[in-house]
Amino acid sequence: MAEMEETILQYVKDEYLEEDDDMEVDNDTPLISSGIVDSFSMVSLKTFLEKKYKIQIPDAKATPEAFDSVHKIAALVREHQNQ
Amino acid sequence: MSNIGSYEERRKSFDWKEAERELGYPENGNHNIAWYCVDRHCEKGRGGKTALIWEGHAGEEKRFTFDDLRLHTNAFAARFRELGVEPGERICLFMDKIPELYFSFLGGLKMGGIVQPLFSAFGEDSLITRLEDAETRAIVTTKKHVRKVRRILDRLPHLQHILVVDADGFALKDRETAFDYEKAPPVETFPAHAVTPESPSVLHYTSGTTGKPKGALHVHGSLVSQYITTKWVLDLQDDDIYWCTADPGWVTGTSYGIIGPWSNGCTQLVLDSGFGSARWYEFMQKHRATVWYSAPTAIRLLMRDGTELVQKHDLSSLRHLASVGEPLNAEAVVWSKEAFGKEFHDTYWQTETGCMVLCNYPGLPVKPGSMGKPFPGIEAGVVDPKNHEPVKQGTVGLIALRPGWPSMFRAYWNNEKTYNEKFQNGWYICGDRASIDEDGYYWFVGRDDDVINTGGHLVGPFEIESALIEHEAVAESAAVGKPDKVNMEVVKAFVALKPGFEPNDDTELSIMNFIRKKLSPLAMPQEIEFVPSLPKTRSGKILRRMLRAKEWGEEIGDTSTLEDD
Repeated sequence: MAEMEETILQYVKDEYLEEDDDMEVDNDTPLISSGIVDSFSMVSLKTFLEKKYKIQIPDAKATPEAFDSVHKIAALVREHQNQ
Repeated sequence: MSNIGSYEERRKSFDWKEAERELGYPENGNHNIAWYCVDRHCEKGRGGKTALIWEGHAGEEKRFTFDDLRLHTNAFAARFRELGVEPGERICLFMDKIPELYFSFLGGLKMGGIVQPLFSAFGEDSLITRLEDAETRAIVTTKKHVRKVRRILDRLPHLQHILVVDADGFALKDRETAFDYEKAPPVETFPAHAVTPESPSVLHYTSGTTGKPKGALHVHGSLVSQYITTKWVLDLQDDDIYWCTADPGWVTGTSYGIIGPWSNGCTQLVLDSGFGSARWYEFMQKHRATVWYSAPTAIRLLMRDGTELVQKHDLSSLRHLASVGEPLNAEAVVWSKEAFGKEFHDTYWQTETGCMVLCNYPGLPVKPGSMGKPFPGIEAGVVDPKNHEPVKQGTVGLIALRPGWPSMFRAYWNNEKTYNEKFQNGWYICGDRASIDEDGYYWFVGRDDDVINTGGHLVGPFEIESALIEHEAVAESAAVGKPDKVNMEVVKAFVALKPGFEPNDDTELSIMNFIRKKLSPLAMPQEIEFVPSLPKTRSGKILRRMLRAKEWGEEIGDTSTLEDD
């Protein structure tokens, strides 16, 4: 697993799941549509990504679809790292 | 032909008794909402009609007829009774939009309980506040959410029963019992507990500027308002497939996501999934939705994804669209006409009103951006904030309603003083500012207090500030609403840090997540501005309104004369 995916996945598990939640979450698990992360909470996830990867994600790009899995989020981060 | 026909004619001749007659409301007899929403249809031979089409986030689908509803609500009612829950005791519902939420809501009413639905994203502090105040006796939840309840259980001596509806293979703890409606023995008969129109039914908590959230108490007689407004404003007809996108943790989700449509005997859709434009369109296309009641925040998100996405789906089944939550901007109304060939009809009401009070109606021209006109049985006005006398046409004042419609709240739980303060000069004062134009249409201007309306949900600044100062880095804080293109307002916090803490991204993220978990994602500041200190009155009260005015680009005025407000 790529390091970025691993970091994001761990952050999602730490921040959005209950401590003893046995729910299995991987890089393809839907995050928004499954309700693990709601549209309001996306802002704190976006802040984490911007801080961690020293990027700026425009609000227009921070859509529920773009945040719907760890893979999609990592792709979004990479896109902005390359700009 | 719409159900309402001519708005003007209805307004002239309206009498709530007409709705009572349609419902077959007895002079003396049982007025239990659950019976009207479920058993009545079965007794009329319509038990085989589909009542609920439910879809989960992964696409799993379940269908229930009115007869299924009858059996499953019986099962919940019987279970509550077996546990020893007495009529009048509070039963909290704390889960996502799964079928059990709908069954337990009506099952709780059926056995005479006061049902207290709570938004499943609430954090521990939000839960404690509401469960402590209501002295809630039982809670129905799922293993996903029960952990939050466990962490606060020692502070809730009244909470004796925790029903976990998906406990298969899950280790239960103190006060918890499993209940699976699919495995429970069928309960063929459960006579609805006898209630009058004035018997309490639903307790919905709503936020205010100061103090803790207030529990608005409704009664079984609210059904009359909810039935007829659903019929006339949403125009629900027998063959409609209706989708109300609201969560029953909030009043729209119970008044128009349960009671309204099912008292009209309609088939409704429920999608238990987070927001996604394509997902929503696919859902409506698949189930041939005809009437859609949603919220401005969602509509603006759909707008952002454009008309091209709409056109990739066959949404030709849609015949009527309506909206509620916060004012629907004119651009969204115009866009919906372009995208769906139909205008969204904005409606205005509150937790306290229990039903729509200002609406745009089928057949009445929509003025984009307007809240519409008073419902036929509602006497509304705009009054002066000081003397509460009606103001001249076009003048901004407070929206006011003459008390007496059936679904008006009857109390704030344990808070008679605040309840009484809502009534002035013979009016119920809504707390929103508006004006009325020459044609009688109402135009929203803003709230009259500091409550933040974010995505159609009210969040109290006091609750957020109280939680903020519990964060180790926060010395003092103020929470205000700041403008937002999608949510109308979002929470912004001004924070002064304690010595030794740095105003950086780490601190900001830590505070955001702290509030999200403690209160709810809605209450989480979407922006934090670190300040050396906060502006205060001479007596030391934080000038929240001044900070808010700055965010909205409004005049701050001469601050040297500001007194406590």
